[in-house]
Amino acid sequence: MSKKELLNIENLAINYITDDGTVKAVNGIDIKLDKGETLGLVGETGAGKTTTALGIMRLVPNPPGKIIEGKIEFEGRDLLEVEEEEMRMIRGNKISMIFQDPMTSLNPVMTVGEQISEVIEIHQDLNRQDAMKKAEEMLELVGISKTRSNNYPHQFSGGMKQRVIIAISLACNPQLLIADEPTTALDVTIQAQVLDLMNDLKEEFHTAMILITHDLGVVSEVCDKVAIMYAGEIIESATLKQLFENPKHPYTLGLFGSIPNLEEESHRLKPIKGLMPDPTNLPTGCKFHPRCPYGTDLCSKQHPKAIEIEEGHRVKCLIYEGLVDAEVKK
Amino acid sequence: MTSSIAEKRDITSKNKNKKRSQWAEVWRRLRKNKMAMVGLGILIILIVSALSAPLIADYEDVVIKQDLINKLEEPSLEHIFGKDEFGRDIFARIIWGARVSLVVGIVAVGISVISGGTLGAVAGYYGGKLDTVIMRIMDIFLAIPSILLAIAIVSALGPSIINLMIAIGISYVPTYARIVRASVLSIREQEFIEAAKAIGASDFRIILRHIIPNALAPVIVQGTLGVAGAILSTAGLSFIGLGIQPPAPEWGAMLSTSRAYLRYAWHVTTFPGVAIMITILALNLLGDGLRDALDPRLKQ
Amino acid sequence: MHKYIFKRLLLLIPVLLGVTFIVFTIMSFTPGDPAQLILGESAPPEKVEELRAEMGLDDPFLVQYFRFVGNALRGDFGRSYRTKREVFAEIFARFPNTLILTIVAIAIAVAIGIPVGIISATKQYSLMDSISMVGALLGVSMPNFWLGLMLILAFSVGLGWLPFAGFEGASSIILPAITLGTGAAAIITRMTRSSMLEVIRQDYIRTARAKGVAEKKVVNKHALKNALIPVITVVGLQFGYLLGGAVLTETVFSWPGVGRLLVEAIKQKDTPTVLASVVFMATTFSFVNLLVDILYAYVDPRIKSQYSK
Repeated sequence: MSKKELLNIENLAINYITDDGTVKAVNGIDIKLDKGETLGLVGETGAGKTTTALGIMRLVPNPPGKIIEGKIEFEGRDLLEVEEEEMRMIRGNKISMIFQDPMTSLNPVMTVGEQISEVIEIHQDLNRQDAMKKAEEMLELVGISKTRSNNYPHQFSGGMKQRVIIAISLACNPQLLIADEPTTALDVTIQAQVLDLMNDLKEEFHTAMILITHDLGVVSEVCDKVAIMYAGEIIESATLKQLFENPKHPYTLGLFGSIPNLEEESHRLKPIKGLMPDPTNLPTGCKFHPRCPYGTDLCSKQHPKAIEIEEGHRVKCLIYEGLVDAEVKK
Repeated sequence: MTSSIAEKRDITSKNKNKKRSQWAEVWRRLRKNKMAMVGLGILIILIVSALSAPLIADYEDVVIKQDLINKLEEPSLEHIFGKDEFGRDIFARIIWGARVSLVVGIVAVGISVISGGTLGAVAGYYGGKLDTVIMRIMDIFLAIPSILLAIAIVSALGPSIINLMIAIGISYVPTYARIVRASVLSIREQEFIEAAKAIGASDFRIILRHIIPNALAPVIVQGTLGVAGAILSTAGLSFIGLGIQPPAPEWGAMLSTSRAYLRYAWHVTTFPGVAIMITILALNLLGDGLRDALDPRLKQ
Repeated sequence: MHKYIFKRLLLLIPVLLGVTFIVFTIMSFTPGDPAQLILGESAPPEKVEELRAEMGLDDPFLVQYFRFVGNALRGDFGRSYRTKREVFAEIFARFPNTLILTIVAIAIAVAIGIPVGIISATKQYSLMDSISMVGALLGVSMPNFWLGLMLILAFSVGLGWLPFAGFEGASSIILPAITLGTGAAAIITRMTRSSMLEVIRQDYIRTARAKGVAEKKVVNKHALKNALIPVITVVGLQFGYLLGGAVLTETVFSWPGVGRLLVEAIKQKDTPTVLASVVFMATTFSFVNLLVDILYAYVDPRIKSQYSK
């Protein structure tokens, strides 16, 4: 393990076990992240991105969720092995999370000041007054006047609430910040502001980040590395440059094809045909094969291995194992 | 984007199946709920025995005729619940009492559903001043605890089975007015109502054909629980002498007269109460099950 | 906030007028001539006629109603047909007994219902949860007057621990209060459980956990305050039902409250007492509802800020 390495997830699998069947939400993913680095975790709704994030926090609702196997090494220790009480001291302190919907993520009956100072009180040796003072500083930092610290969440707009949540998540100066589609629920004009704020603060605190999104545009602005998720698997991971210049997996190409591009003249968008598979009944072999333009008989039988085609660029597709003959292009 | 395609698929498949299998789906979910099925089972047994009461025991001979020599006889194989203070078979009286309770309960709820539902539908559909006036009046009714309202009505009209049904029926009118109004408000603005208006459907027809069916689910749930409430009220009013009058068999009235013999004969007080409790329990189980089946979102 | 309370008090006036109007109208359907009832069957017709005029019974209905309200505001609800005593004095003497019984009953209901509901929700599907849910189901299904009789059977007749009925010292409130409070306890338990289950799934609870808040504190601080908001409404409503239910409980235990007074008055066709008792209890219920609404505003900042605008 290198000194720079912060997070190393290996073969993580998470299931939801319900009456209607077992949902295999995350199926053996690997993620590596260095200190200060930003990873974009990209995929459609239901690809398993949020479950991965909750898995790292060990907050997968149980029941029905269950971490089946794998390890999550953070600062050299497997988080799946530590005691709950110790995990609690990591949450909000060394690893913190920003959730998708700011409208519902704040407690309606507590003031925003209380909600920020609470996390400080838990993890830092400060009394109530000092914690509140620090909370007010955090508010100022995210661009909200500290005079509003005794206001309640309903007195803020969506964008302001997300700023409060950012203040909560960064209050203890975490090593790792997980942001789960932090701007999806916001107005387009607010999205950029919030994203800029997060990016600035991340730089300032030298925090590593996993940014969950379905928006490749956002990824290109913020991330150092990208992992593409499909049906609970990471089917391609690479540096930002590698992925944008030389995408390999047919699904990744499909994602690029379904974004309007102003620079290249293109007559129509090429959406990926078909639908996300039913997570209780995933296809055999390569899970993307029913929708893949290059899919063959073999693809429906053999599960592809991750192939490193270039340093830091891994892809899971039989084409790159040399088992399927096809020329993949944009 | 691909996710929007998924959403569209979801919506179209929902619409396609919605009408046809809505009730079948409710029944499927209800059947999976063991407690609700127990409730339904008990209820069916109660209804069947109430209907076949004349076959089980003769009204004049067994239920009404006194046999003072054998009064307060303890339960035995012949009289499984024992005999009451006038030597009448308690089991037979409970079975005949089921008729009274079920009829009063159902008719009273019928009265509240029809009058409350109409008021709520009119208030919700027309809105404006009419809505305000109707709902303010309902609020005032709600400010009087329903059993007190029923007591006041029966004490003014005099105790009889009809007055009892009217009193209990009226006391629950505001509940249904509120439920139906809320449902109507939530669907009034929807497109299919606009469409019906556009093709010239009358208000009456729109309310009858479109709005009432959509407000049905909450009314069914509340109605089931309401029958339970009405049976409790009936028993309560009879207990204080304002309901069914002796010697007619009614569970609350039986409890009322049994009070004097509490020290000597436990069975006279115990069994009519158990009968009420089981009936209410069955209705509550079914009502809760229906609520979960009709609105799966509410189920944890 | 003071302005809000004042506004709510003003709004209470039309409600109370409406309540008295409804009850007054219902009672006016009572058959029989009040004047005849007061003077007795054998009174000469001209005497009855005289009293009718004196009581204003020949005046239009609305005039009679407003006269009733006017008198009621001065604490004059007329005299009982039976005892000839002031109805107001009679009710006022008994009202504290009903109020004590109802308050003890609701206190029992809250003291049982809220903790059991919370435990049930946080340990969903556990044995404890199943037991309390079955208990709550039985609690809502039992007619309270029958429960009262069963309690007497067990604790007075059987074990001889507690007084049979009546009003002799502090121990005599135990059985009536349990009788009256059981149904409410069951409803409060169910409401607390479902409200808690609803709240515990909310995003802000996940946020609290993600901050590293201890699970105990997540439940007691973050979830409970939110979960109690709907429970407060139910407690307020239950208080009203208990006032109504007191009529039955007081009958079972011969408890000298307004409820039993009401039942006796109905049996004796003592309309002024019936009318006044119902108006009195409905008024109390309205005040309790007002209190609940004010409490609500204190607990829920969203409502509070609505009113301060």
